[in-house]
Amino acid sequence: MSSIKIQISQNTRSKIEEICKSYNYEQGELINVLHKTQEYLGYLPAEAQEVIAKEMNIPTAKVYGVVSFYSFFTMVPKGRFPISICMGTACYVRGAEKILDEFKKQLGLSVGETAPDGLFSLASLRCVGACGLAPVVLVGEKVYGRLATDDVKGIIDEYKNSADVI
Amino acid sequence: MDQVKLTIDKREVVVPKGTTILKAAATIGIHIPTLCYFELKGMNITNKPGGCRICVVEVEGRRNLAPACVTEVMEGMVVKTNSVRVYNARRTVLELILSDHPADCLVCAKSGDCELQDLAIRFGVREIPFQGEMSTYQLETSPSIIRDNNKCIMCRRCELVCNEFQTVGALSAVDRGFQAVVTTAFNQKMSHSPCTFCGQCVAVCPVGALTEVDNTPRVMRAIANDKKTVVVQVAPAVRVALGEEFGMKPGSIVTGKLTTALRELGFDYVFDTDWSADLTIMEEGTELIDRLTRHLNGDKTVKLPLLTSCCPAWVNFFEHNFPDLKDIPSSAKSPQQMFGAIAKTYFADKIGVKREDLIVVSVMPCLAKKYECAREEFIIDGNPDVDFSITTRELAHMIKQANLDFETLEETDFDSPLGESTGAAVIFGTTGGVIEAACRTAVEVITKKPLDRIDFEELRGLEGIRAATIDVDGFPLKIGIAHGLSNARKLLEQIQRGESDFHAIEVMACPGGCINGGGQPLNHGDAEIIKARWAALYEADRNFPVRKSHENQSVMTLYKEFLGEPCGHKSHELLHTHYFDKQKVIEIKAD
Repeated sequence: MSSIKIQISQNTRSKIEEICKSYNYEQGELINVLHKTQEYLGYLPAEAQEVIAKEMNIPTAKVYGVVSFYSFFTMVPKGRFPISICMGTACYVRGAEKILDEFKKQLGLSVGETAPDGLFSLASLRCVGACGLAPVVLVGEKVYGRLATDDVKGIIDEYKNSADVI
Repeated sequence: MDQVKLTIDKREVVVPKGTTILKAAATIGIHIPTLCYFELKGMNITNKPGGCRICVVEVEGRRNLAPACVTEVMEGMVVKTNSVRVYNARRTVLELILSDHPADCLVCAKSGDCELQDLAIRFGVREIPFQGEMSTYQLETSPSIIRDNNKCIMCRRCELVCNEFQTVGALSAVDRGFQAVVTTAFNQKMSHSPCTFCGQCVAVCPVGALTEVDNTPRVMRAIANDKKTVVVQVAPAVRVALGEEFGMKPGSIVTGKLTTALRELGFDYVFDTDWSADLTIMEEGTELIDRLTRHLNGDKTVKLPLLTSCCPAWVNFFEHNFPDLKDIPSSAKSPQQMFGAIAKTYFADKIGVKREDLIVVSVMPCLAKKYECAREEFIIDGNPDVDFSITTRELAHMIKQANLDFETLEETDFDSPLGESTGAAVIFGTTGGVIEAACRTAVEVITKKPLDRIDFEELRGLEGIRAATIDVDGFPLKIGIAHGLSNARKLLEQIQRGESDFHAIEVMACPGGCINGGGQPLNHGDAEIIKARWAALYEADRNFPVRKSHENQSVMTLYKEFLGEPCGHKSHELLHTHYFDKQKVIEIKAD
């Protein structure tokens, strides 16, 4: 009859507590708290959601409900080089889907997944406001525009090589 | 209040402003079909997300169809509930729901009592034209509840009762679009969640997504085993609800037929949880008197108010949410567990049967009772005090399977000695009943005078939180009552803040108490059924020649022959328990 234990590091716990406090523990601020926490951790692991639930006095199931509802939130840690393919209308009509397929093929990943070595993760997003450059791909904060499927391998190699150097 | 006049299906109707089309139509006998909508009138439970769109109607001058359950009437509104456009829309909605719903009605636990099935029958659905992807969720079983999310239609009734009415927060809608479903945090097992197993989610689920764990095969196997002596105990609320499963009117008291049915099913001894309810009062009442006396004598260490501990969902609730208060509830076990503890010691000895050859079955209006009898502290050397708990609904299935014509069964009595009971015990089945029974005994014991009245009307009712002061020879005994865990939470928070001046508080998890437990025949949103059961329990109480627990002769004999005195050494060993801190612990791990 023992209770369930959740483990989290002191730093993460303190940071989450600080975030919750900065929003005055107002339940209506849950989404902002989740944003800030994801900004800090890179993703929203179950343990972090448990701490948020406890701090904000919201059932964990409800916190998870919000995290799973919004595609911006992720429970999977992103890769060191997160790749996002824009699937907005302009990019889509200029062949974004083919670019995405090429990334999937080259990396062996589906959308939302992270490679086992943690180097790359794959995501799709809606319009980054650079429609003139369609189709657009983001790696981290760097923007690649007017891409063709042939460019995909080069981009991946660029980051693979830079990772080797480091 | 302002009245609004409108026309529904060419008939004029006048209703108060703010009424929905659904309710306005019902006043003139037009029953618009609903699915996600659920209301338990007077119990503060209303689910109307307007999500399923089965209740759509045509409103003249409005471009799209209006969901009747959430659309309020307006002056001069012209509504059509039965046009071809409406029929087609409703049918399409239903067909779309069915396109992602397993068509296994023949073997579904909810078959015959399913609101989706009822709609398919009402609409005469003969084929499902939409073929496409089907949900594939894993079945999840807990000690009490089975979740089959493949059958979830996202009405969100369970989410509402779990979060708003019970403030338990085990269930939430998660994900979006086709993947949207109601589940626990991170799809974990219910036993990993703060679920109390109250079973109200099961009670409101319109389909077979949430059902009880069926223990009837195990019970039937035990009965068929010649080496085992099988004893059954029946909770008070069962006798005022079971008849409904056989078409009898709500509130029918079927105690005598019930005992006959149990004998026909092959139980060796047919006993009564009411007997152990009287025993509970002896223990809990003595505890209350002891705490009050110490309090009045100036003992500052005494914990008040005393909280009742009969309801296992309530016990789970405070273990999960208020572990700091776990010393306040009465340490008395619930009547189900007291019965098991006595049956497997005193009674087993009496009939010369070894503990392991005695099987105790309980028939309960409750799903949490299944969980309760499986709690580790109620199992001795691998042998539980209560082996199997079945619900009122499960018992009905057993009776039907045994070819018994329930309504025409002759009436018999419970067996002796664990079958004798009083009016005080039978009202355990409703909110306010346990504390009234306790008062009948405590007041008489404290004042050493016979009560001048037995009916404590001030403790009765169906309001969520009630308070009353009972005069005990000039001492004002302050009683609080809550049913529904959201209401219990309010009283507990008062205690935490040091603002509670109650001496005793009774809590039951379900709306109305056990009469409307998670294991009872489904009410389908008809609060009148609950009221009828409620009235029937008080009628049963009035019909008893003995109406005070301390006058139960069989219980008195138990003390004389076996236990000694209430709250004595042996009682503590067999009839009392302790509670656990089940709050999730957040531990710090090294970076």
